[in-house]
Amino acid sequence: MNWLTEPFHHEFMQRAFLACALIGFTNGFLSAFIVLRRLALMADALSHALLPGLAVGVMLFGLTPLSLFSGALVAALLVGLGAELISRSSRVKEETALAILYTVAFSAGIVLLSFAPVRVELHEYLFGNILGVSNADLWTTYGISFVTITTLVVLQRPLFLMLFDPSVAATQGVKVGLLNYVLITLLVLSMISSLQAVGVILALGLLVAPAATVYLLSDSCAALFWGGGLVGAFGSCAGLLISYWLNLPAGACIVLLLGLMFSVAYIFSPRYGILRHFFNRGHLHRESLERWEKKL
Amino acid sequence: MSYNRVPALHHINLDIACGHCVALLGPNGAGKTTFFKAVVGLLKPESGSVSFHGHEAGRKIGAAAYLPQRENVDWDFPLTVRGLVETGCYLRLGIWRKFSAEEHRNVDAALAAMHLEDLADRQISALSGGQQQRAFLARSLAQNAHVFLLDEPFAGLDKKSQESLGETLKQIARNGNLIIASHHDLRNVPDFFDRVIFLNGELVAQGDTASTFTGENIAKTFSTPAFSGTRREN
Repeated sequence: MNWLTEPFHHEFMQRAFLACALIGFTNGFLSAFIVLRRLALMADALSHALLPGLAVGVMLFGLTPLSLFSGALVAALLVGLGAELISRSSRVKEETALAILYTVAFSAGIVLLSFAPVRVELHEYLFGNILGVSNADLWTTYGISFVTITTLVVLQRPLFLMLFDPSVAATQGVKVGLLNYVLITLLVLSMISSLQAVGVILALGLLVAPAATVYLLSDSCAALFWGGGLVGAFGSCAGLLISYWLNLPAGACIVLLLGLMFSVAYIFSPRYGILRHFFNRGHLHRESLERWEKKL
Repeated sequence: MSYNRVPALHHINLDIACGHCVALLGPNGAGKTTFFKAVVGLLKPESGSVSFHGHEAGRKIGAAAYLPQRENVDWDFPLTVRGLVETGCYLRLGIWRKFSAEEHRNVDAALAAMHLEDLADRQISALSGGQQQRAFLARSLAQNAHVFLLDEPFAGLDKKSQESLGETLKQIARNGNLIIASHHDLRNVPDFFDRVIFLNGELVAQGDTASTFTGENIAKTFSTPAFSGTRREN
């Protein structure tokens, strides 16, 4: 059993493990909203759009959590709101505008990076370096996780109404536009907290895969949130340990493990798996069919 | 009402009493959905107002319940029938308040009124079209809505489900509620509705089904082009 406890003898692994549990849970919890609100493309765009913000933040204020955070937030808001502005003021649709803006932002980020004095560190922020988590990073992560999960739990009823049907939610007095901005802000916050663990690019995996996995297994919305959180936390922690044992990059191991869990659900889910569809081509409403046949 | 300065709906002057089943009739693009959105307060009219019992619409949130067209609903959403009906209570509960025993009774009563007790724990896509409509009606009942606005509730239902839904709507209207449903199948209007509103960019005619649902009004509504900038002579 020595191999199981051995990683925890190192202080850097203890910190990394804690960070993985927190980030995995928060992002997994948030992923329920991204899957239900079909924001995966938006999340992808934002993850790329953070790059120029990070570069400018580092160039202006140096490499601190606050400079990265403010740079990323401004860049994400510019791209998100810019796409909205373009789609509203012209005939170009929002996805198109978003795709143009985020690729342009990403390119601008790459160009800006070549002027940045601390290129290597920024590269780490792109692809993550969970083993280098400092205490300050850990506190940032605590703060972001607390704010994100508290906000989502407090607003769960209006959020739920909005997710199911925004126009009906509006008739029930839900401030749909405002809630959307809250969600996007939380999304950016979570991405920033994922910077250290898996990097902005792989953060997308943590923000989509957990709830997508549970979505194939359950019909309960509560299960989607809490289950998504648990899947995210488990995948992150287990991925971290695997990467330690096999001496592989942590971020990639975490996302690969999440992908594996999704594949298992996709194939073997008792209700929505493809195996069931393949072997059991029967009608889903077996019960009502039986009742109908009895009547004949 | 207009979209991008193109007028969609104008010259609407209506006064509808409660306890009726009203059909909203008109060709595509006549402004039926716009009419609903204005009544429920989603869109603000450029001039004029909508009021229930003397209160401005939009002020009294929840008095009107809008039931979207079935094709606009995400049926894969992880939600059971009971969960859907419970969302009707959210408005009263707000963000904090706990689900009280009274609210649970409220939900049970709404489910029972729509004969959905046995299906309460089903995911919403595992229902027939008629059952799905009744699940949304149950939610509006749990919301204690007074005005029910239904967008094409009969579309895609077989004859038997249509009849049963029509009976259900009449029952809700008999309890003193107002039902307004957009509808496109002119053949069965007299079976399901006791009043009609003809709409084609503007109000063409409205009144009792018996006196207003006439060939002349149908022709006027469906064969004249919608308002396109100049005032039309009626």
